[in-house]
Amino acid sequence: MNAHWDWHYVHEILPILGEAALITLQATLLGFALALVIGLVLAVCRMAANPLVRHAAAAVVEFIRSTPLLIQIFFLYYGLPEFGLALDAMLAGLIAIGLHYGAYCAEVYRAGIDNVPRGQWEAAAALNLSPQATFRRIILPQAIPPIVPALGNYLVALFKETPLLSAIGVLELMQTAKILGSESFQYTEPITLVGLYFLVFSLLSSGLIRLLERRLGVRAASRS
Amino acid sequence: MPANRTGSAGTSPTGSSPAAGALAAAAILGFAGGLVVSSFAGFRDFLPELLRGAAVTVQVAAGGSLVAVAMALLATAARLYAPLPLRWLAVAYVELFRGTSALVQLFWLFFVLPMFGISLSPMTAGIAALGLNIGAYGSEVMRGAIEAVPRSQWEAASALSLGRFRTLRRVILPQAFVTMIPPWGNLFIELLKATSLVSLITLSDLAFKAQQLNQTTLRTVEIFGIVLLIYLALSLLVTLAMRALEHRAGRRLLRGKETG
Repeated sequence: MNAHWDWHYVHEILPILGEAALITLQATLLGFALALVIGLVLAVCRMAANPLVRHAAAAVVEFIRSTPLLIQIFFLYYGLPEFGLALDAMLAGLIAIGLHYGAYCAEVYRAGIDNVPRGQWEAAAALNLSPQATFRRIILPQAIPPIVPALGNYLVALFKETPLLSAIGVLELMQTAKILGSESFQYTEPITLVGLYFLVFSLLSSGLIRLLERRLGVRAASRS
Repeated sequence: MPANRTGSAGTSPTGSSPAAGALAAAAILGFAGGLVVSSFAGFRDFLPELLRGAAVTVQVAAGGSLVAVAMALLATAARLYAPLPLRWLAVAYVELFRGTSALVQLFWLFFVLPMFGISLSPMTAGIAALGLNIGAYGSEVMRGAIEAVPRSQWEAASALSLGRFRTLRRVILPQAFVTMIPPWGNLFIELLKATSLVSLITLSDLAFKAQQLNQTTLRTVEIFGIVLLIYLALSLLVTLAMRALEHRAGRRLLRGKETG
């Protein structure tokens, strides 16, 4: 039993955790990039003219949001090989995270696109722009800036869920901390350090988002 | 993670597409359920074991919900009405648990606390960690809902010479209660989904049973397919219950307005 905090041990494990932190960061950024793309696709499908596509997309979003990310990770990691598609743990995890947060982002995109005034579509039609060009050049550029803070919140949420990757053995922070703990029987330092790492990054990034919110708010106000 | 399905709590209480979402979910549930029954051979062998796991999941979710609501109430009361040191403590609690990851909190309670001489059973650690985590988000929801009640309500109550406490209890909280039901519904679903984490501290919940069966039978797609459907059904139950509660609370508020 050691209730005290061992600074010597902290010095020993910090470099190892630092390397693992890079993996966590990598998983966060790649996962979020994937979520942004998947989210946009799902959002466009949810607004498709074809009711079948629309309802299928809504069902997929609802399904993904109602079931745990951990099970989705297991499903992809253990299940895909049955279809002849064996992915390594990191890739399977990234796809699961991208899908899960893509479903959340789809709702954000949809709100942003819905908020662009109908007159913009009509004006673009009057100028003889094709629907694709209207969407890409007129609607999206107006829809994205107001939703940046909401998307940022999902980035922070996604970051905090990357420890789930430890369940399939990805050597990110949590898994590394667990291994360190089980080697030395000193869990206090590694797990507390991981907690601190998440706390610092979350506080920093939510501060950044607030700043961004204020700047975007100022811009939106000055424009209108 | 949580507090983000909340969306526009103030304007449209049920969120973006109330009936459509539930209907869609019900539709896939029915469709996939049929698929399970018709084509997944041997799913009868898995089901009893998985349902036993689901019972543990429900237990953790129910316990966690109670802890979450209690913690949210405490933290909100402290943040709004307590003297300064207590207020700081509440802010620290909310920021700490919102700022770190649920899994880290769970592991901390389960692996680190024993080093300080406090050993929790997996069940207790699971309920405590999830309850504390969701409670922090819930406190933000409660504070938002209370602050969203128009200032004029306080003024009107004071014009009627109601005391501060009675204003809060009879005027402000009933209105805030209705606005906070939908975001709490989302939080309960987040909590339900987060219960899967307790499988990582050896509690034999639904996710744990799924992994166990998967290792012995290797029928991955069937097992995890059924498990996803069970979670979906549980989420749907939470959604329906919260919608019923919202409906009743809204009606009661309206009746109060008519008679009072």
